[in-house]
Amino acid sequence: MSAPSLDLAPARGLLPRASSKGTMGVLTAILEARTGQQLAANREWRVETVLKPVLRDLGLETLDALATAAQHSTAIGDRVADALLNQESSFFRDAAVFEMVADAVDSLRATKLNRRPRVWSAGCSFGQEPLSLAMLFAERGADQHDLPPEIIASDVSEAALARARSGRYSQFEIQRGLPIRRMVRWFDGDGVDWVAKTELVRRINYRRLNLVTDPPPVGRFDVILCRNVLLYLTIELRRQILDRLATVLRPGGVLVLGAGETVIGQTEAFRPSARYRGLYEPAVREG
Amino acid sequence: MKTCLVVDDSKVIRKVARHILETLNFRVSEAGDGREALDACLVSAPDVVLLDWNMPVMSGMDFLRALRDSAIPTRPKVVFCTTENGMAHIRAAIEAGADEYVMKPFDRETLESKLQIVGMA
Repeated sequence: MSAPSLDLAPARGLLPRASSKGTMGVLTAILEARTGQQLAANREWRVETVLKPVLRDLGLETLDALATAAQHSTAIGDRVADALLNQESSFFRDAAVFEMVADAVDSLRATKLNRRPRVWSAGCSFGQEPLSLAMLFAERGADQHDLPPEIIASDVSEAALARARSGRYSQFEIQRGLPIRRMVRWFDGDGVDWVAKTELVRRINYRRLNLVTDPPPVGRFDVILCRNVLLYLTIELRRQILDRLATVLRPGGVLVLGAGETVIGQTEAFRPSARYRGLYEPAVREG
Repeated sequence: MKTCLVVDDSKVIRKVARHILETLNFRVSEAGDGREALDACLVSAPDVVLLDWNMPVMSGMDFLRALRDSAIPTRPKVVFCTTENGMAHIRAAIEAGADEYVMKPFDRETLESKLQIVGMA
């Protein structure tokens, strides 16, 4: 029998150390310049761990060398930023949120909507969130309508999007939040990985989008999920992004943030939803 | 405090699972095969059974079928925890009445996630 893996603290002594605050500063500045995200001091320990594969691939021995290379190469800088992004995600994270989103889409149906409901997963990481939405919509029969929901999923990281588009997950990833019956229904085993069925992945329109610098996707949305993204940004950037999201959320639409995130004190563009606990709606409704 | 019966013929696996479950605030008991587990359930059914597939004396599947046919008033949630990671085994477990399925090797997050799915964490 295989032994289960246990959480182990990073073996710091075995890793190439950042030799100075200067190197750490350069690496975190690269992340911020490309994504707007800041690296909290209490997460700096991750830097050495997540950059180790990049060092290995590039044949570099120290973080100092990587920092220097990243300053002179856009491609290496992109790899550093991708590695430093916190891509932690899981299927049906905060399961009640997904039920509320599906309820919101169902309630649109009840209004005899003559267009496709539009849902945007902003900061989709490796794709667990949009796939969870696609599964839920399909199971609720939304796809059997003439106008099934449109799911747009975006992320700042091209590498994360490539993973998302592949629909491929490790044994550990597939077991985070995904009930076994759904796994059996919507995924196929492929070696040690599990791959989402094509019919599921094709329901999602993936695109690269930097929330800090790029305009939102064209058109307006009924639901926007932007979860556990804003917490890594400055207050000013959060406000700017929230205000931008408000411009593309339809009247009556809902905004979903992460469990530890809020609009309160960040923007006047949203207010807590009266219908869906923990979700937000545009503060100013149009006629 | 929820109770969990860990059923596995490997002492190492039982020890690791116990450690994780206790950090998740479970009271843990152990059995080395399906027969021992069934006897334990007949005396006092736990809230959850974490169940290996391949064991001597009585396999996990035979335990599950026996549990289904038993007169235990409150059936525990049954979460398979096994190296049998193929789709055919998973489908068979679901058809036999398993509530969830953990593919080994596992870690704390996996176990916690699966227990949340069955409403136990």
